[in-house]
Amino acid sequence: MFDVERWQEIFETIGKNKLRTFLTGLSVASGIFILVILLGFSTGIQKGVKTQFAQDAESRVNVWTGVTTKEYAGLNPGRRIQMHNSDLENVDTKFGEALEHQTGLYNIWGGQVNYGNESGNYRIEGANYGQQFIENAGLSAGRFLTQKDEDEGVKVAIIGQKVKNDLFKSEDAIGKTIKISGINFLVAGVFTDPGGEREESRIFIPLSTAQRVFNAGDNLRSMAFTVKMSDNFDEAVALSAAVSQGIEDEIKSRYQVAPDDRSAVRVRYNLEEAQKIYSLIDTIRMVFWFVGIGTIIAGVVGVSNIMLIIVKERTKEIGVRKALGALPSSIIAMILHESIFITAIAGFLGLFLGVGLLELIGPQIDSDFIKFPQVDFTTAISTVIILIVAGAIAGYIPARRAANIKPIEALRDE
Amino acid sequence: MIEIKGLHKSYQMGSNSLHVLKGIDFSVKEGELVSIMGSSGSGKSTLLNILGMLDEADQGTYDLDNVPIKNLNEKVAAQYRNKFLGFIFQSFNLINYKNALDNVSMPLYYQGMKRAERTDRAMHYLEKVGLAQWATHLPSELSGGQKQRVAIARALASDPKVLLADEPTGALDTKTSYEVMDLIQGINDEGKTILVVTHEPDIAEMTKRIVNLKDGRIIDDTVVNQVKAIAHV
Repeated sequence: MFDVERWQEIFETIGKNKLRTFLTGLSVASGIFILVILLGFSTGIQKGVKTQFAQDAESRVNVWTGVTTKEYAGLNPGRRIQMHNSDLENVDTKFGEALEHQTGLYNIWGGQVNYGNESGNYRIEGANYGQQFIENAGLSAGRFLTQKDEDEGVKVAIIGQKVKNDLFKSEDAIGKTIKISGINFLVAGVFTDPGGEREESRIFIPLSTAQRVFNAGDNLRSMAFTVKMSDNFDEAVALSAAVSQGIEDEIKSRYQVAPDDRSAVRVRYNLEEAQKIYSLIDTIRMVFWFVGIGTIIAGVVGVSNIMLIIVKERTKEIGVRKALGALPSSIIAMILHESIFITAIAGFLGLFLGVGLLELIGPQIDSDFIKFPQVDFTTAISTVIILIVAGAIAGYIPARRAANIKPIEALRDE
Repeated sequence: MIEIKGLHKSYQMGSNSLHVLKGIDFSVKEGELVSIMGSSGSGKSTLLNILGMLDEADQGTYDLDNVPIKNLNEKVAAQYRNKFLGFIFQSFNLINYKNALDNVSMPLYYQGMKRAERTDRAMHYLEKVGLAQWATHLPSELSGGQKQRVAIARALASDPKVLLADEPTGALDTKTSYEVMDLIQGINDEGKTILVVTHEPDIAEMTKRIVNLKDGRIIDDTVVNQVKAIAHV
């Protein structure tokens, strides 16, 4: 490996065929380059989608109601189904064991919010304390809603980071009073949400307070739950599906809705979507690897081809070497060494270009479904291993051919 | 040094079998300078290839320095060639991207000798053939005679038992041929056993013994009075 003579020979043969070596190297380099970029982007897609899901708990189940579209049990279509607090209690009694967190929701879409001279329109959500976990929200200051807030119906607000930035700028928000639709609320906490600004431009207030100040009685706009997660993803999906179906059936029978009416009662669970998307991501990743490996194979065939030509050109020289006492193994090592060297140098070039490009433009890519494409250390190491193996494969056939050259035939004078 | 008994060799040419060597008995003692003559197709190159372990005989025995040469695999053959034999070719067969010194040190490299020692010994042999000042030149910068002298230095470098020269002067003009033969005679005078294949009578006259081959058999084997090449230079 660290044989000066061997290296000297490699550089001499490469030096004699600069263009040819360059073109061959280019095919390997572009192969690795494409592989790295593809893998970077598949990581980007994965991250983008993960962020999409992280805005809410993965095991979230949502229940909405709407207008019936089907006649059922003698009732006309067009009825608005309205859920009440008792529905939440009912679900808790029936499915409580499978549920981790739960909340009824009563929300106002564009609530006017004022603080001093600043004002804005935000979504106001009346919720229970379970909302924090269902929303996957974090706290940057203060506290979240509590059971006590709910029981006493106090006027406290937990505002999103975006709301805080808009209304309070750099000022501390905790303990200040804001006006929501003209009613004073005390800011008790500031929350963050992985879903970003859109999710953070909301204000949570206790559900009982919301129902009272917006004259909603005990009406609920929707309900949200998280299902207990188990270690097995498939089991968790199955549990989510069963619970969702159970809740849907329960509410439909309570309000006499046709079992196949999809519009009156809608239950959606995130895990199903997550499962679909994750398997899609896996597929994309596999396809990317497949395409990348295919490109590398094309490069390897190129190197192999060139090495065959080099062996052919050097037939006489190899014959001389054998006549002088070169062992077949040393001839194989010589050709393999050269082939691995060309693939490795070209490959590393492609790897660095690919990683460099990703590092350069990656941080600027932040759309909904692709976020910060980059390659991790493991991927880089795998491509390096692929390179070495590819070089060895590319060199093997030409090397065997070189080793089988008979000096007597190579030395015959034409 | 070389003992050959009942050597047969045939080649398969399509459906015909070509019987090239038809029972050669031949021996060479240490320090001899033997020329093998014969027209083309007489089997002299085949004989040299078998002597050089580049080819194997179908029948017969071959002993080199009391070592029986038979059933060689590639690896052993390579080791024997390196240890016992030095080759000189008609077309020199120097490696064209290596300078004279590196060419000469090649057999030593395959012996696994350290670089410093290799260079030292290669330089010694280059001096011996009178090309010390050309050590760093590439073969393309040397004349034919110089190339052949580098090749001779290379053949000598591993200090082999026997030198095998296949038409060593075939590609050279008369004057240069005699210079090369002078060098070969000088090496022989120091005690090295040398076999020269040639079809030129004047070159053969410069050896000590002429073996004539015809149709795969030795028809004549005579000791001659050596003509010193130096007289013609």
